[in-house]
Amino acid sequence: MLRKKECVAMLLAGGQGSRLYALTNNIAKPAVAFGAKYRIIDFPLSNCINSGIDTVGVLTQYEPLELNEYIGNGQPWDLDRAFGGVHILSPYQAKTKQSWFEGTANAIYQNMHFMKKYSPDYILILSGDHIYKMDYAKMLRAHKKTGADCTIAAIEVPLSEASRFGILNTNPDGSIYEFEEKPKVPKSNLASMGIYIFTAEKLYKYLEADDANANSSKDFGKDVLPAMLNAGEKMFSYRFEGYWKDVGTISSLWESNMDLLGREPGFDVGDPAWKIHSRNPLAPPEYIGPTAAIGNSMIALGCEIEGSVEHSVLASNVIVEEGATVRDAVLMAGTVVKRGAVVEYCVVDEKVVIGEGAHVGEPKASGAGIAVLGRNITVAAGAKVRGGVILDKDYKGE
Amino acid sequence: MAHSTVGVIFSNVHDENIPELSRHRTMASVPFGGRYRLIDFALSNMVNSGITTVGIVTKNNYQSLIDHLGSGKEWDLARKDGGIILLPPYSDETDKPYTTRLEALMSITGFLNHRKEDYVVISDCDGIAHMDIADIVRFHEEKQADITMVYHEEKIPCESSYFITLEPDKKSGRVKGLKINPADLRKGKKYNLYVNVMVMSREFLIGTIQDAVTRGFSSFGRDILTKNVDTLKIYGYEFKGFYAGVNSMEDYYRHSMELLDRNVRDELFGNRDIYTKVRDSAPSKYLDGAIVRNTLVSDGCVIEGTVENCILFRGVKVGKGSMIRNSVIMQDTVIGENVTLDCVITDKNVVIRDRRTLAGCAELPYFISKGRML
Repeated sequence: MLRKKECVAMLLAGGQGSRLYALTNNIAKPAVAFGAKYRIIDFPLSNCINSGIDTVGVLTQYEPLELNEYIGNGQPWDLDRAFGGVHILSPYQAKTKQSWFEGTANAIYQNMHFMKKYSPDYILILSGDHIYKMDYAKMLRAHKKTGADCTIAAIEVPLSEASRFGILNTNPDGSIYEFEEKPKVPKSNLASMGIYIFTAEKLYKYLEADDANANSSKDFGKDVLPAMLNAGEKMFSYRFEGYWKDVGTISSLWESNMDLLGREPGFDVGDPAWKIHSRNPLAPPEYIGPTAAIGNSMIALGCEIEGSVEHSVLASNVIVEEGATVRDAVLMAGTVVKRGAVVEYCVVDEKVVIGEGAHVGEPKASGAGIAVLGRNITVAAGAKVRGGVILDKDYKGE
Repeated sequence: MAHSTVGVIFSNVHDENIPELSRHRTMASVPFGGRYRLIDFALSNMVNSGITTVGIVTKNNYQSLIDHLGSGKEWDLARKDGGIILLPPYSDETDKPYTTRLEALMSITGFLNHRKEDYVVISDCDGIAHMDIADIVRFHEEKQADITMVYHEEKIPCESSYFITLEPDKKSGRVKGLKINPADLRKGKKYNLYVNVMVMSREFLIGTIQDAVTRGFSSFGRDILTKNVDTLKIYGYEFKGFYAGVNSMEDYYRHSMELLDRNVRDELFGNRDIYTKVRDSAPSKYLDGAIVRNTLVSDGCVIEGTVENCILFRGVKVGKGSMIRNSVIMQDTVIGENVTLDCVITDKNVVIRDRRTLAGCAELPYFISKGRML
């Protein structure tokens, strides 16, 4: 019997995520922590396995160490398979050439041999920058039904923001007649989600043509998709309705974390019908002390809370000492907030120590913006970190 | 040294200590501490001491145990050589399934013969402790003992249960006296209680089992330990840390509540990992109106009411206006609105509907069995 996979997913995870500043100093954006126990890449990986796609190539380039370690053999996502499973695909040296991945299309082109090994009929292209739950199997069914060569997942965005996206202009049947990358005057508010399904043979053909084209910037949105449309290939949009958030900026990362909170959250990670799988921290249950006061928050295993926590997301092993206040904050794993400190409207990376009586951030209403503290730093006792400030070194005060 | 030790865990012994919780499961798979099963402590102690092969002796109701252990990967015991090896009861035309510990050991001689490790550590699942097995094996080697038995000095919590008390020589540790269930045990008095962890060389254990088969012995305690206290080199290793033996429902409840003490948690969980099955639950959510104090909360909980002095297992829901105190609430229990609970233990998947009030007391916590709906 021919060993094959109907659909292989290729996940673009090489991005630096420079707009996350200190949070991506040493890790790739898809490895950034999210939602108290997850990392961004958990969402596309969980979507894959929940959609029945068990073969995933993860293309890494920028600071891949932590991401590689996190993915490991793929076991947390049930992607450790004898045939298929998750594979890390890094840039490599070949006999005739050696190069970094130059653009999204080039990254996939350089790994054609990986895809071809599984003789897939379809290739699913994903990115590691978004928080969403999506059944790719439904999209694949739509792709087969329309007989498209390429199907692009699309979501309606507010018209005022449409110029930040790749915009699809479609006919009533969903077929695409025009593709505009970040148009100044958008004709529609239907934005590409950066999720594509290609009929495999067509993808190979256009990637080869794109590679041969010296003028191409080797990008899906700018080069490959327009080339296919110009050549008259069948391209369809696939409407997605639901939560979808690019967490590429500090403010969107903060907002998306807060969307998890409440009885009816904007985005529910606790749905047993669509589990988000992740590498679980080894930690005992969180301990909520006699002096703690917690309102509208999400708190992960291993935390020790003796202070006040309000409207915040706390990852594993965070310590909030007695008399400390955490408000409107995202605290990543292992961070310690000492006695009497106030931490508000901020994103704090892993293993940060906030000294006794220190004050990090300013109230959201002040308009000063979100404070960001990078990994492993210490804010000295009594020091004051203003709102909107980004720190990636120890801080003793002004 | 510990790499040369193989573990054997008895999953069913002591089931009768807490029949409420072990009716549908082994003692080994009794839930404890929010997200663990009792076996996690024994297994993690072994794994953290470098042991890579553990035989698990089962007898009854071990579906939940198999479900919990899976391939053993959570304990890093999914191994090509060794790992977790389940040892279910064996029977044929002549042999009936075992009824005593000694018969159980006889039935696993095949497993013991095939291993190559020098030492065997045998542990039950009734104790919760952070024990350095490697140190016990080192002690055993130093003393050139035949058998090393681990004991803990404590007041006995009840008179009804099955205890072995040791009288070790203060200087050498050599056990001079060993009593099985002595008649003169008095509640509240201190004894050196054997904690059901013992070390032997594999060779000695196999020899002892073969000898017992030929002589027709049936009890490890009576026929081997008590009879040979003078001839065998039996040594007592004193375990001085926090030890929680589960001999009754009262014990179970008391030890659960001890986890709210920081020192106990530091000793059990600090500086090392306790491995357990993961469930990929979301982190716990505290909604507006929730008041949580002095409580351990596992992942997947959603809390909207008041919770004080409790252990909440994974996936517990506490509705608005409810007041839960001094209780152990196991996995996926759903508590509705305006419910009042005090000194209650719920097993898994219990549903308590709105406006119910239930209370026990510390000596006799009110127990609600698995899957009940009130």
